[in-house]
Amino acid sequence: MGWFKRLKDGIQTATRNKMEAPEGLWYKCKRCKETTTMKELRDNYFKCPSCNYHVRIGSRDYFHLIFDGQYKLMFDELRSVDALNFVDLKPYPERLEAAVKKTGLTDAISVAVGKVARKPLVIAAMDFSFIGGSMGSVVGERIAKAIDYCIEKRIPLMIISKSGGARMMESAYSLMQMAKTSAKLTQLAKAGIPYFSFLTDPTTGGVSASFAMLGDINFAEPEALIGFAGPRVIKETIKKDLPEGFQRSEFVLEHGFLDFIIDRKDLKERVGDLLAMFQSTTKKEKAQSS
Amino acid sequence: MIFLDFEEPLEKLFEQLDKLKEVEEEGIVDVSETIKELEAKINSTRKEIYGNLTGWQRVLLSRHPERPYTLYYINQMCSKFIELHGDRTFSDDKAIVGGIGTMGGQTVVFVGHQKGVNTKMRQYRNFGMANPEGYRKALRLMKLAERFDLPVVTLIDTMGAFPGIEAEERGQAEAIARNMFEMAQLRVPIICVIIGEGASGGAIGIGLGDKVFMLENTWYSVISPESCSSILWRSWDQKELAAEALKLTAPDMLKMGLIDEIINEPLGGAHTAPEEMAKILKRHLKKTITALSAIPKDELIDRRINKYASMGVYEEQQEAVEEKNSKKGTKK
Ligand SMILES: [Zn+2]
Repeated sequence: MGWFKRLKDGIQTATRNKMEAPEGLWYKCKRCKETTTMKELRDNYFKCPSCNYHVRIGSRDYFHLIFDGQYKLMFDELRSVDALNFVDLKPYPERLEAAVKKTGLTDAISVAVGKVARKPLVIAAMDFSFIGGSMGSVVGERIAKAIDYCIEKRIPLMIISKSGGARMMESAYSLMQMAKTSAKLTQLAKAGIPYFSFLTDPTTGGVSASFAMLGDINFAEPEALIGFAGPRVIKETIKKDLPEGFQRSEFVLEHGFLDFIIDRKDLKERVGDLLAMFQSTTKKEKAQSS
Repeated sequence: MIFLDFEEPLEKLFEQLDKLKEVEEEGIVDVSETIKELEAKINSTRKEIYGNLTGWQRVLLSRHPERPYTLYYINQMCSKFIELHGDRTFSDDKAIVGGIGTMGGQTVVFVGHQKGVNTKMRQYRNFGMANPEGYRKALRLMKLAERFDLPVVTLIDTMGAFPGIEAEERGQAEAIARNMFEMAQLRVPIICVIIGEGASGGAIGIGLGDKVFMLENTWYSVISPESCSSILWRSWDQKELAAEALKLTAPDMLKMGLIDEIINEPLGGAHTAPEEMAKILKRHLKKTITALSAIPKDELIDRRINKYASMGVYEEQQEAVEEKNSKKGTKK
């Protein structure tokens, strides 16, 4: 494939570990329009110091926020291919290439293993900046491999969802990733390994309707858009305005589909607590199975 | 009979046939030879039209207003059928039906999307677009099947899960995800058949099974061609292009290894000979139930999960080695 070589070049630039968080010296809040310095924003877990708006960040930012320090990327060798010769306004390979260049990432999810409060954890984190965080074959396969790894090593799994849904350019292959990830999660459940699903802004479509809603614990960032259908589609279908706060984390919590909402500054501590509380279960299973 | 645009040559031939039959009824002139010739012509014209259908034409056929729907098939295939209602939590969704039936002496649990047969019924059935309680009713019936060791047949025909305020409030995403999670481990055979439209999460929410079949003139995709056109082309007018790009036909899906078999329809489509279509479907289901029932339960589930785990196309890039290693995850 012609784009493959160029794609490789793109990956080499990826070693910069570019983050999705905004760059520059100043940050103007999308919501309250207050301006703060970038350093202030960074020190405040990428939240607006004035109104606590959670700025959208990427997989590497979450790895830095949650892991104790070092972490190891896994399954980064998997690459999307254009199996269907999909062309809309642009050929799919061009979209992929542009996404790789823009983000320095290799696809819309990154998997890493590290430690949180000295306990091992595998995190699979999505990047919205990579084709809208869409789920294609690579996203599905990386999650499947992460699950196999977690079962083998008996390490809990956390998935950080941030996606508009399935990747249309992979058509039915992307649809089947919903079935694939859901089916693989049953193996994790049977092995007695906890799965923490962390939903961030946005989590919709095929991602919310598969692994994101299947956590042993489902939790979300404040005010994240979480739902099956996008608000625009719903509005067009029912021809009515949507209620205030519709499909936001607080709404989803109120309707019973989240366990809790967590402020980003408390995220690491909460994940550490969860790991500690579920640790005995994971170990006990280990003793039985060995 | 309702003819689609691309069936125009057929429509004219059928008009001629009707006239000839009137003449025949008068009994004055013998037109039997001419009728035979015309019928042969209709047959060959059908073969010609149906041998070269585009993706979009298959989409139109899958939506043909005279096409048989889930309850028709169930009632044709079963000597007895008892419809079972409700999710036991919220309500009874009308867009997904289900129940227990006797098909060729075998008790089977059926679940399927149901579209309405006329304007009033189409609204009553919400155009086959289910709310979460529909998916939860389906799951309740599948769990019932598991408890009594009965095979499950799901019939899929939906434009998608309903995008509404209440659907979101009651967890449309969770309902679909939960069904796939539970279906992956259900300890009875599951056979899924796309009988019309297979759109996205709304379809796969009752679509994870040991065997997945598509009737010949149906489609199955991550998104409808119309919605795909509006999102990727930013216009509603590119639905034909989108239908081609999405590779949503049964032959495409078989080639991709994402379904197990295509079930041929009578020439001219399922709606031209619904009884025959039901017979063909029943034959396939019976054969498949027998084959799947012989597989030990643990093996059945392992095979099911491995089938889905192998779906997807990607490459593995070796950091050290320059050349690429192409890997196709799908089975052929
Ligand atoms: Zn602010």
